[in-house]
Amino acid sequence: MTEMLTRPVDAAAATGTVATGTVEILDGRTWTRVCAFEELIPGRGVAVLSESGQQVAVFRDRSGALFAVDNLCPFSGAYVVSRGILGSRDGVPTVSSPMYKHVFDLRDGRCLDEETAPDGRPAVLRVWSVRLSPRHNTSAGDR
Amino acid sequence: MTTHLKDLILVGHGMVGQRFLEAFVEQPGAAEWRITVLAEEPRAAYDRVHLTSWFSGTSAEELSLTPTGFLAEHGIDLRLADPVTAVDRAARTVTCASGAELRYDALVLATGSYPFVPPVPGHDAAGCHVYRTIEDLERIRDEADALGGDTGRPGIGVVVGGGLLGLEAAGALTALGLETHVVEFAPRLMAIQVDEGGGKLLKRKIEELGVNVHTGAGTQSVLTHEDGRVRAMGLSDGRELPADLVVFSAGVRPRDQLARECGLPVGERGGIVVDERCRTRDPHVYAIGECALASDGRVYGLVAPGYQMAETAARSLADELREEHHFTGADTSTKLKLLGVDVASFGDAHGATEGAVDVLYSDSRAGVYKKLVIGTDGQLLGGVLVGDTEAYGLLRPLAMGGKPLQTAPEQLVLPAGLAPASGPIALPDEAVVCSCHNVSKGEIRAAVHEQGCTTVPEVKKCTKAGTGCGSCVKMLGTIVTEELEAGGVTVDKSLCEHFGHTRAELYEIVRVAGIASFSELLDRHGRGGEGCDVCKPAVASILASLSRGHILDGEQSALQDTNDHFLANLQRNGSYSVVPRIPGGEITPEGLITIGEIARDHGLYTKITGGQRIDLFGASVDQLPQIWRRLVDAGFESGHAYGKSLRTVKSCVGDTWCRYGVQDSVGLAIELELRYRGLRSPHKLKAAVSGCARECAEAQGKDFGVIATSAGWNLYIGGNGGMTPRHADLLAADLDKETLLKTIDRFLMFYIRTADRLERTSVWLDRIEGGLDHVRQVVMEDSLGICAELDSLMDRHIDAYEDEWAAVLADPDRLRRFTSFVNAPGTPDPAVTFVPERGQIRPARPEEDGRILTPALVAGPRLEVRTA
Repeated sequence: MTEMLTRPVDAAAATGTVATGTVEILDGRTWTRVCAFEELIPGRGVAVLSESGQQVAVFRDRSGALFAVDNLCPFSGAYVVSRGILGSRDGVPTVSSPMYKHVFDLRDGRCLDEETAPDGRPAVLRVWSVRLSPRHNTSAGDR
Repeated sequence: MTTHLKDLILVGHGMVGQRFLEAFVEQPGAAEWRITVLAEEPRAAYDRVHLTSWFSGTSAEELSLTPTGFLAEHGIDLRLADPVTAVDRAARTVTCASGAELRYDALVLATGSYPFVPPVPGHDAAGCHVYRTIEDLERIRDEADALGGDTGRPGIGVVVGGGLLGLEAAGALTALGLETHVVEFAPRLMAIQVDEGGGKLLKRKIEELGVNVHTGAGTQSVLTHEDGRVRAMGLSDGRELPADLVVFSAGVRPRDQLARECGLPVGERGGIVVDERCRTRDPHVYAIGECALASDGRVYGLVAPGYQMAETAARSLADELREEHHFTGADTSTKLKLLGVDVASFGDAHGATEGAVDVLYSDSRAGVYKKLVIGTDGQLLGGVLVGDTEAYGLLRPLAMGGKPLQTAPEQLVLPAGLAPASGPIALPDEAVVCSCHNVSKGEIRAAVHEQGCTTVPEVKKCTKAGTGCGSCVKMLGTIVTEELEAGGVTVDKSLCEHFGHTRAELYEIVRVAGIASFSELLDRHGRGGEGCDVCKPAVASILASLSRGHILDGEQSALQDTNDHFLANLQRNGSYSVVPRIPGGEITPEGLITIGEIARDHGLYTKITGGQRIDLFGASVDQLPQIWRRLVDAGFESGHAYGKSLRTVKSCVGDTWCRYGVQDSVGLAIELELRYRGLRSPHKLKAAVSGCARECAEAQGKDFGVIATSAGWNLYIGGNGGMTPRHADLLAADLDKETLLKTIDRFLMFYIRTADRLERTSVWLDRIEGGLDHVRQVVMEDSLGICAELDSLMDRHIDAYEDEWAAVLADPDRLRRFTSFVNAPGTPDPAVTFVPERGQIRPARPEEDGRILTPALVAGPRLEVRTA
């Protein structure tokens, strides 16, 4: 799982201005399109269905940084992480699952409130690689 | 299990008896005893101290002191209405009125006292009462109700005795609508507790309340009509006082009859003689409370000493008695509110100690009288407070401490503005703060720095302090805060790590500075960072309360909890439920059919809610707009079940249909619901309107509840159901509708302005300084001068209201986010699956093979239930 750990993309910092382009996640060996960067509301997430049928939660924070983690909340068994609220705890970027409000570190997916899920497994969300591609990569039909 | 159990018999189940049981079952050896309680009254122990509150609506159940399940848990056999008639000490048996004969290894007498009725002619005439039990009160009420009807004038009630209980009784008679007189033999009221100066002021204050006081007057006779009913009272000065109802409240006498009859020594003026272990001459027999004559030669008629005796006896019986538990006398300090007048007396109130001097402050105009008794070494010995008892919590422990005062005594009695400024007055560690449970300041401090308690509720639980009469709770708060601060713990009231403010402070900042967004607030007043799931929804709620635009517009959208974000309620499997508003619970057949059709067509599970609405479950994010399109087209609007905002205003059917109703509760409920719909607040708001005092809408369990009276509407606030139920408090009575609306407007806006995040009105009302009285002053008398502002905020809310769902449907941008997958719009979440149950759907469990709800699957009415 660690090989998937990548640094979040600081899109605004990269361009020095309001970023545009396409947000993509690495699904196995190929980059899958998520949506246009502007479609992401700062502080909020979206759910993405990967080519392999997995659910991924993709977020953009207030500074423009992107994060992608599993959409499955290990405490509730429901696919809801993308509907959580972004935040920071002691400078660490976080998302709070909307079901029982467990807070996860967006950098490594680790739950900051409880170490293990009810099923006994470590409460860690898989972290997906996410990137911002230049505008010309977006497909037709994009808004 | 052949262990032989010893038999403990407790005679009497009053306040002290119950306290004895609670103390005894906590003793290590309690399990070796089988406990039987033989009680005279038909009900289990109740709070006799607050008996008078029964007249203002506190039910007998609420007065009960026996926790649910307590008796069963400890195997206690409580036999009500079966008093003991005889004790045979040689055979160690008691005989009950029912004829039962029971053996004992230990006998505890807690028979209390009986009201003293002076043996004047006519004292037992019809219309004469005593004031001791709930049954006495019922009789007084029934008779007072029956008066007036036949004469056309208000009935006249005369209370014999101007002591503590007499004044309580006078208050009750006044509340029952009687013209009330108090006849007191002594030259002043409350002769035991207050001195001449205090008594004078007390008399004036009580007369201002419409009670006629006759001091220095003895009761000579009770005169009767021919039918034997009370007609008048003959006084020692020759006057005849007309009377329809008489309450004797001239003191109590110990009930020591059982002890006398079985040969146990009793005092000259009554009371079963006990030693410092609360044991009578017979080592198998104990006596506690008002029936006992303590080792200091006194009979104590107050509950706090009775509780101490209960503890002593319990420990003694369990062989856990140490010398510090001996009962050798008690503090008889009292603080009470009589007929709305605050009275307190503590320590040596009459300056009986040799060499004692007085420090006196008296202001007849303001109605305040304070006297401190100072000893020769400059120590505080006691005092009397009338009209303002604020300082009681501090003064009484100081007097008990017995140390020379560190502060000039005049500073202790002068009003705040007049007293020279100085630091807080130090209370010695040995000062007893809670006299009900005998907890010293040192023990409270230890609970904080040794046991790690950080809040008043924790300290209460740990030390029991403040759980008796409650008069020391404020002092407790001060000590806990001081101790925490002394320990370097700053009591942090910050909302979260991103804001060093409370929610109320942030509300003020947003309101005054006109801040329109979370970013602006965080950048200008926060501590940086991203925010979090605490501050974001809290700020979103503040912005919405102040009518700053649609909750899903721009940045506000990102702040909302998932429920607000999708304007629906998240359920356990990730699906949502939908609740259209049904104001007052009134719905047309067409409306019901429409909701039914929509639920059927979308395959939703339907359930009636507790708030008289219909909840539709199982919708995916993608389905929400389609469902709402149909609901909005049919005239429904958002029910805000997802928001921290007004939910419903529940109603009973009211006088339109109900035989008993006195007002149109449904009409008012609809009006209230439409007025406050969409109002965002620190927590959800529930309301109800009942059309008569039968209270079928359960308005007293709501944040605000209205109950119809024949003269208008009674408004209750701060009620709650749920985990910690709380009965609402009466804010105002018999309001006309206009005043009612205005008062609710202001109450809601004041709550929104001052409450903490997720603080329901019930908790808020208990927390805010001044409590209910303060709220009443603010919203009804404009004591803070903010009513105009509160009114305009409510006007703005009402003007700015729009149906959130209609606004979403009208805006493609807002609609776009209602997709399960941003890269595959229209694809339902494959993880959200259902199975059939009882003719509807329910979420599939992990091991079940459920079906996805798709538009294709729920195409028509024939496909009501899909099978797995």
